[in-house]
Amino acid sequence: MADTRSIALTVNGRRETRTVETRMQLADFLRKTLGLTGTHVGCEHGACGACTVLLDGEAVRSCILLAVQADGAEVTTVEALAAADGALHPLQAAFRRHHALQCGFCTPGMLMTLAALLRETPQPTEAQVRDALSGNLCRCTGYQPIVAAALGAAQDLQGK
Amino acid sequence: MGVRQFGAQVQRTEDPRILTGRGRYLDDIALPGMFEAAFVRSTEAHALIRGIDAEAARAVPGVVAVLTMDDFGAAYRDKRLPLPSPHPAIRQPITQQPLARSEVCYVGEAIALVLAETRYLAEDAAALVGVDYEPLPAVADAVGALAPDAPKVHHGAPDNLVATLAARFGDAAAAFARAPHVLRETYLQDRGGGHSLECRGVIAQHDAATGQLTLWSSTQSPYMVRRFLAQYLGREETSVRVIAPDVGGGFGPKAAVYAEEYALALAAIALGRPVKWVEDRREHFVATNQQRRQRWDMEVAADGGGRILALRGRVTHDHGAYAPYGLVLPFTSLAPLPGPYLIPNVDVTLDVAFTNATPTSPVRGAGRPNVAFALERLVDLVARELKLDRAEVRRVNLVKTFPHATGAKLPSGVAVEYDSGDYVGCLDLVLRACDYAGFAARRAAALKQGRRLGLGLASYNEDTGMGPFEGALVRVLPTGKLQVATGACAQGQGLATVLAQICADEFGVGVDDVIVEAGDTNAFPLGMSTVGSRVAVTAGSSVHLAARAVRDKAIRLAAELLECAEQDLEVDAGAVRVKGVPGKQVGLGQLAQRLAGSLGMPLPAGLAPGLEAVAYHSVSRPVYASGSNAAEVEVDAATGEVKLIRYWVAHDCGRLINPLLVEGQIVGGVAHGIGNALYETMVYDGAGQPLSTTLGEYLLPTAPELPPIEVAHLESPAPSNPLGIKGAGEGGTIPAAPTVIAAIEDALADLGVRIREYPLSPQRLIELIEPIDGAGAAPAD
Repeated sequence: MADTRSIALTVNGRRETRTVETRMQLADFLRKTLGLTGTHVGCEHGACGACTVLLDGEAVRSCILLAVQADGAEVTTVEALAAADGALHPLQAAFRRHHALQCGFCTPGMLMTLAALLRETPQPTEAQVRDALSGNLCRCTGYQPIVAAALGAAQDLQGK
Repeated sequence: MGVRQFGAQVQRTEDPRILTGRGRYLDDIALPGMFEAAFVRSTEAHALIRGIDAEAARAVPGVVAVLTMDDFGAAYRDKRLPLPSPHPAIRQPITQQPLARSEVCYVGEAIALVLAETRYLAEDAAALVGVDYEPLPAVADAVGALAPDAPKVHHGAPDNLVATLAARFGDAAAAFARAPHVLRETYLQDRGGGHSLECRGVIAQHDAATGQLTLWSSTQSPYMVRRFLAQYLGREETSVRVIAPDVGGGFGPKAAVYAEEYALALAAIALGRPVKWVEDRREHFVATNQQRRQRWDMEVAADGGGRILALRGRVTHDHGAYAPYGLVLPFTSLAPLPGPYLIPNVDVTLDVAFTNATPTSPVRGAGRPNVAFALERLVDLVARELKLDRAEVRRVNLVKTFPHATGAKLPSGVAVEYDSGDYVGCLDLVLRACDYAGFAARRAAALKQGRRLGLGLASYNEDTGMGPFEGALVRVLPTGKLQVATGACAQGQGLATVLAQICADEFGVGVDDVIVEAGDTNAFPLGMSTVGSRVAVTAGSSVHLAARAVRDKAIRLAAELLECAEQDLEVDAGAVRVKGVPGKQVGLGQLAQRLAGSLGMPLPAGLAPGLEAVAYHSVSRPVYASGSNAAEVEVDAATGEVKLIRYWVAHDCGRLINPLLVEGQIVGGVAHGIGNALYETMVYDGAGQPLSTTLGEYLLPTAPELPPIEVAHLESPAPSNPLGIKGAGEGGTIPAAPTVIAAIEDALADLGVRIREYPLSPQRLIELIEPIDGAGAAPAD
């Protein structure tokens, strides 16, 4: 039953070569094989966005990608967002300032989605932020502080 | 003096860890030698189980066991889960088994438990388990379930009536008999889920050598899990430890104790290895408790000035297939009456019906949003039929003096008393915020552009800080840092931060100097549950009382060591110091070390050991938060599309511990209520098959739909606790659905559309418009 394949990819700047079951989700590969549990799984059908990671710089849902599809790619997860010295990324700092997280389960997906948005669109409008977040569910915050944090982080990044 | 933390916009101590991916949620925990589980769940709404064929599943390589109720010994074979909150009113106290053995009563009920080396293998094998069902007739709707010839939800039961409850005070019959105006209406409210982003999950570990059972669970109620597991397993509570790690949202459903928690415990004991189950979203749609489906058949009596004289009616409550939470939920559908209003005569009866659907327990607000919907729609009905202003009808009826005894009694028998508030003040605040007076002009201007605007209002109050108690330990550590341990726990509300704020103020330190331990039954002896907007009041007051006692003890000891009078001392910046004498002080850590003792040496000043104290804040009555909300919407009568333009909240939860966090609770709660109003519905077909089991079929609100939500506060301190605080967890949700629905109805007022239900999809709105309007035509000037 266990059809396996060897894959080589870069995760958070680290080269990883592993043999995985072909049916293994990328989310499970990150969480269980690599122990990167910052990426969360909320629905397993690509609807909630909690599992969002960057694949070659693009925000993707790691619950509906197979690990083998990431062969040769560069994956970035929430664990790599803060600076090496531990300083929070402007998005993370803005999330804290604006109280943009409560239970924190959707937060990694929100951060990675917004990281991708701000790279493409450094000064988004509120409508653009809300649109970018349309595939990420949050049950705690009502999104308002997340939107405020994204706009605040965009300003902070501009100032840098 | 140190900066006062209480009342300040303190950033959360929880955040840095969570933001950097270092949260520790249930599924992030992996124990050595752990097996992973998948459940075989009923595909039938109602059936007898003739047999279970697990042979093929057991043959899958990597599968360790396929367990049914026959595998745990004769003592468990037919044993059902303990009934929480027993009450004499319950006629049919039926709970389920950890795994259904002979009968299933809803789609999703667990039947067998597959354990394997990986979840992938466990799911492969679960799909191979054959269940031989003998289908039985099912009924999924509560009104139908109470019909005389209805199928029985439980085979062999006399009927489907779980209980009949009543809210009755004053003399409603007499008031109706002489009332100048009597109006009647029926309201329908639908079933939804909590849908925390993290589904449930359980890890169970049993140490055969010590007999110790440890359960990690994504729960709001670790102490309830401990209590009922110990009871079910015939153990002392000392041999059961329950830990709630970081919990990814609760919203009520995670407060119940579930079949899966018992099943995992039984499996860990049987196999002698740790076992883990993480619910997936499809399971969450059928196996996690839901709420809100009710029918309200109501009458209201009023005088010509819009004063409401009496209410009467009958409510039918969909309880689902079992009673996993006793009657607590249906009680919360009556106890809030008569809401924030002075209505002297009430006679409302509520029938609790079993249905062949997922069981129910509170979802954010419990029965309070149901009551608010019925009451607020009735108030709007009175205003419309008597041609009065909606705000004025509310103003006339709102309670104006406090304390106020409504005439009602709590389920405990204690008389209801609204402790404090400024209900009219909140109404005025929201009317000013939404420029109520200017709305007619806004509406007229929009009409000229062919756009229909509507404004909705709703007022509410909410019993918060429910008893009986929570408690806390406050201890000064040898380093001078403070430890707080409590039986309350958190699911994202920021409990650690607010408890740290309350503690920090007694010692003039910052929140980072306070270590908060919560969610582990070994950290503190007793706890209740994080539900009903209660832990800020109960645990927060406990921390305050314990910290005050520790502070007093520190002063007594310091007076001895510094050889001065206690009244000459103050506590600040983590030290006890002599007022006005810089440098003459002793650090809290030093004091703690003295009270930690040295072998053979007596403790100073005859003090008891330890610079620590335990306090419990016990309450017999809740404290009442309150508020008024307004929403402005635009409705497209041709397509049924509703656009939320703005939403305003005026809210009073007593003294604010942390305005940043209170606003977070309110705004998030409003979003939940908007979801109820417009999107969320759990659809069952007539045979009890759930039809909305993905996030594509069951819609949650997303960022683009939600309007700007503005929050304004009044602060009417609660007289019954030392900090004057009230709960804030559900006040956003409770009035949101009636506010939004009222706004939509208002936008269609010229068409005479009446909305008596939620959720209101565009399709449903068109169904309501078309019979009146023909084609949902353009607005009339």
